[in-house]
Amino acid sequence: MNPFNYHKPSTLAEAVALHRDAEDPAYLSGGHTLLPTMTQRLAAPSDLIDLEGLAELTGIAAEDGTLSIGAFTRHAEAAASAEVAGTLPALAELAEGIGDAQVRNRGTIGGSLANSDPAADYPAAVLALNAVIHTDRRQIAADDYFRGLFETALEEGEIITRIDFAIPSRAAYEKFPNPASRYATAGVMVADFNGTVRVGVTGAGPCGCRAHAFEAALSAHLDPAALDAAELPAIDFNSDLHASAEYRAHLVRVLAQRATARLVAAP
Amino acid sequence: MSAETGIGAAVKRREDLRFITGRGTYTDDLNVPGQTYGVFLRSPYARAKINAIDAADALQVDGALAVFTGQDAAVDGLGDLPCGWLVKSKDGSDMVSAPHPPLAVSQVNYVGEPYGLVVAESLAAAREAAELVAADFEELTPVVAAAEAAKASPIHEGLEANLAYDWELGDEAATDAALAAAAHVTRLDLTNNRLIPNAIEPRAALATFDPTSGEYELRTTSQNPHLERLVLSAFVQIAPEHKLRVVAPDVGGGFGSKIFVYAEETVVTWAAAKVGRPIKWTAERSESFLADAHARDHVTHAELGLDEAGRFTALKVRTTANLGAYLSLFGSSVPTFLYGTLLAGQYKTPNIHVQTHGVYTNTTPVDAYRGAGRPEATFVVERIVEAAARETGRDPAELRRLNMIEPGDFPYETPVALVYDTGNYQASLDRALQLVDYGGFKQRRAASEAEGKRRGIGFSCYIEACGLAPSQLAIQLGAGVGLYESGEIRINPTGSVTVFTGSHSHGQGHETTFAQVVSDKLGVPFDDVEVVHGDTGRVEFGLGTYGSRSLAVGGSALISAADKIIAKGTRIAAHMMQAEPDNVAFEEGAFISGNQRLTLQEVAFASYVPADYPPDLEPGLSEKAFYDPENFTYPAGAHIAEVEVDEATGVVQLVNFVAVDDFGHVINPMIVDGQVHGGLAQGAGQALLEHGIYDADGQLTTGSYMDYCMPRADDVPDFTVDTTVTPCTHNPLGAKGCGEAGAIGSPAAIINAVTDAVGTEDIAMPATPEQVWRKLHGL
Ligand SMILES: Cc1cc2nc3c(=O)[nH]c(=O)nc-3n(C[C@H](O)[C@H](O)[C@H](O)COP(=O)(O)OP(=O)(O)OC[C@H]3O[C@@H](n4cnc5c(N)ncnc54)[C@H](O)[C@@H]3O)c2cc1C
Repeated sequence: MNPFNYHKPSTLAEAVALHRDAEDPAYLSGGHTLLPTMTQRLAAPSDLIDLEGLAELTGIAAEDGTLSIGAFTRHAEAAASAEVAGTLPALAELAEGIGDAQVRNRGTIGGSLANSDPAADYPAAVLALNAVIHTDRRQIAADDYFRGLFETALEEGEIITRIDFAIPSRAAYEKFPNPASRYATAGVMVADFNGTVRVGVTGAGPCGCRAHAFEAALSAHLDPAALDAAELPAIDFNSDLHASAEYRAHLVRVLAQRATARLVAAP
Repeated sequence: MSAETGIGAAVKRREDLRFITGRGTYTDDLNVPGQTYGVFLRSPYARAKINAIDAADALQVDGALAVFTGQDAAVDGLGDLPCGWLVKSKDGSDMVSAPHPPLAVSQVNYVGEPYGLVVAESLAAAREAAELVAADFEELTPVVAAAEAAKASPIHEGLEANLAYDWELGDEAATDAALAAAAHVTRLDLTNNRLIPNAIEPRAALATFDPTSGEYELRTTSQNPHLERLVLSAFVQIAPEHKLRVVAPDVGGGFGSKIFVYAEETVVTWAAAKVGRPIKWTAERSESFLADAHARDHVTHAELGLDEAGRFTALKVRTTANLGAYLSLFGSSVPTFLYGTLLAGQYKTPNIHVQTHGVYTNTTPVDAYRGAGRPEATFVVERIVEAAARETGRDPAELRRLNMIEPGDFPYETPVALVYDTGNYQASLDRALQLVDYGGFKQRRAASEAEGKRRGIGFSCYIEACGLAPSQLAIQLGAGVGLYESGEIRINPTGSVTVFTGSHSHGQGHETTFAQVVSDKLGVPFDDVEVVHGDTGRVEFGLGTYGSRSLAVGGSALISAADKIIAKGTRIAAHMMQAEPDNVAFEEGAFISGNQRLTLQEVAFASYVPADYPPDLEPGLSEKAFYDPENFTYPAGAHIAEVEVDEATGVVQLVNFVAVDDFGHVINPMIVDGQVHGGLAQGAGQALLEHGIYDADGQLTTGSYMDYCMPRADDVPDFTVDTTVTPCTHNPLGAKGCGEAGAIGSPAAIINAVTDAVGTEDIAMPATPEQVWRKLHGL
């Protein structure tokens, strides 16, 4: 790891100003992506700006059909939160299934979304739950947020402050973990908004995406069998040591069917 | 002896207090004044010429002290890293050894091969300097796959081919004839996947040199510090043995990977004298992936002949073993003597012939890893026996039983050079069938099917040879060292006992088990016995721990030493009690003659304060012994696996595993269970998860935990383990060894269960979800 300056601002404005004025800055949340790249000397920021302690980035609240989660919320907090469990148990389950206990105790939802790893879990939920991503300067709709491999709509120096999830009537998340890393080889969230179904997919392509044909099929008929012949998302499916593109595409369908089956069976 | 602490008692491991509370002392925990830090320069290419190495910029880094290259080491006369086992080809010629300089001189031959060492005041400075070393490489075409290596052009300059040896064992003509006459022949192509060891503690070395005495001290992660010293002294020629102390402090797992003498500790020791300062090196995990000796990696074709009744008539095995770029310390012996000799398994197969081609490739050297050769042999035998049962419509358990060596057949000489001393294979199979509820399997299968899962059951009746090894036999077969073990028991003047063993504990619990053995044998309290190991400065000699040899060989040495203590004590006690030595008995820690009784402690005190003492006897009560085993020991057992396979995704879940093992007498059943559990988890890792994969350019694509899949707790079921006992006939403890059995028996059982569930023999390890999904759906 190369030497760097460490800052711990106490307001959002201060954090943004520090970022603007530093030579090669990086925001630090849980550090579970950033720090390994630094110890491997793949990243060498001049300044680390720690977002822990910014009031604007904390808190979980459910109000008026929206579950709002502060960007600095760690995965373990989301998994254990009564608000999340009460309104969006599928999201609590997703958070509980991220990495391992150490990862969940450090990693944050804001860091995960800013990083936009193709195999991260949250993107499936952000898309299925029609989330709005709030930043220090604007709001970004889920459908506009994911742009490509590790690419998002965030601008230089922009900070995610919170994520507002629309609360569906019911939702379910199914993940096929990469056996080694336990990131998502593929992950699918199916959410039912009073008969209108949204399906968010992660792990399959360069970034999270929606499965529009699945949504149409399930909106017409909320049954796993409705997906038997539905078209897969038109993306370049990832291919790696653990899953070829063909297998991943198959998994996306199976996971969507399993999520649907659970959702239908849910009380 | 005390039922709570004696032989057979499940004593809690005394070493665990420090391990579990984070107070172990591992090599990297040690720091010495003036210490510097070493970082190795490693080849980014699988095969390349080194044209030039320019360290000028690196040496400008603040705190950089030195950069050493292979050329520097060569100029200083640093010797090559040797292979300790000379294997001969079937034409009688010696194996072809590629020279293995500790730092590559003119050519690098695998990704990660060290070609230089950077030394600096801090680790950060060493890393920064290492990045600034400019090496000019000229890439050459690598040879990666073992199957093609023999035909490919040689990777090493000066060698004629990539074939290190063409080894055979058994009677080829008789085997061919028996196969030709067989009523049925089962043929199987198998691969044994490359594994990467992944001990929890990465390798490390801390070397110091004292210019006033000329003494080196190397603290390092070794399973056998005396062997390390022997090699560094005799072959690499760093210093004579009396000027070189090797200490292996707490070592966090090895699984074989810390047997070998590696480049890193060798170079760091040499360089410590060059910089005149201690040097510490600790591997990063990514270095461990590249530079710890890898394991397995066989491609095999096997044929098993059966007569009308189902009796095995012949087994023919053709194996290509990937040895990696160089012959590691015992790399040559693993796919030959530790493999071919085990191909009889538990069966009376009369004709066996095995041929092994050991080949060089541009990959990390391959050497012994938990089981070393025996898991590979078991996989061949137990996979083909299972396949034969299926092909001929026989129950796999019954086909095995039909062919098993029977209790009355021992000692049993196999057609592949071993004499099994004892065993009862039927007993362990019967017990395993009972524990798994074989009769209930059909119902369990139906229940799984109702949930969209296919269920399979698989057997593995393994045997292994451990307790390496009768020295003369081993040396005759090519070993460069004898394989006895030393032990010393020192009764201190006030009666406490210090035990010195040449075995080494890196997780096995010797500090507990060996204390149990000595306390039981000498009748002294368990807490009065301390076990010392892992230090050439304290322990006279030793050959270390591998091949499940510690108890059978090292423990037996302690029994011999204890016998000497008792013999001498008897003479002292006889003198003190004015009795004839022949009339003095030793029972439960006391010398007894008539109604007189002297404790060992009293006798020990008398030996150090020899007032009333036999005139012809030396004072003191300390005895050494070297124990050389008469034969190998032959642990054996029956493993049964049950898996569920998800039709839709191909995911295999190991849902039930029964292991019934015969380890002879068990000293500490809790430790034995733990060893079996760990071995089974490793076997499950090999069967379902782990795979060291190189791409066509020779880059290791599974070089981190993001891609190399280690077994986790939720990948394995609660194991059901039990033991049957036929005591080893030729060592005083009747013990056989338990360290590797789990990893030896289980892969075949698990793959037999997967192939049973899927309905094809064509499933390679690891049985990954995608592979199984493709086989299930004919894709
Ligand atoms: C072993 C391991 C296993 C994992 N398994 C999973 C898994 O199964 N599923 C999964 O989804 N994830 C997994 N992760 C990822 C982890 O959960 C984190 O979500 C991820 O590392 C990023 O979150 P972080 O808080 O650690 O971000 P950091 O590492 O601190 O930051 C990541 C990036 O985002 C930027 N950033 C951080 N916060 C903000 C913000 N509020 N606004 C703008 N930019 C910001 C940083 O500058 C940096 O570029 C795993 C990680 C590890 C190490």
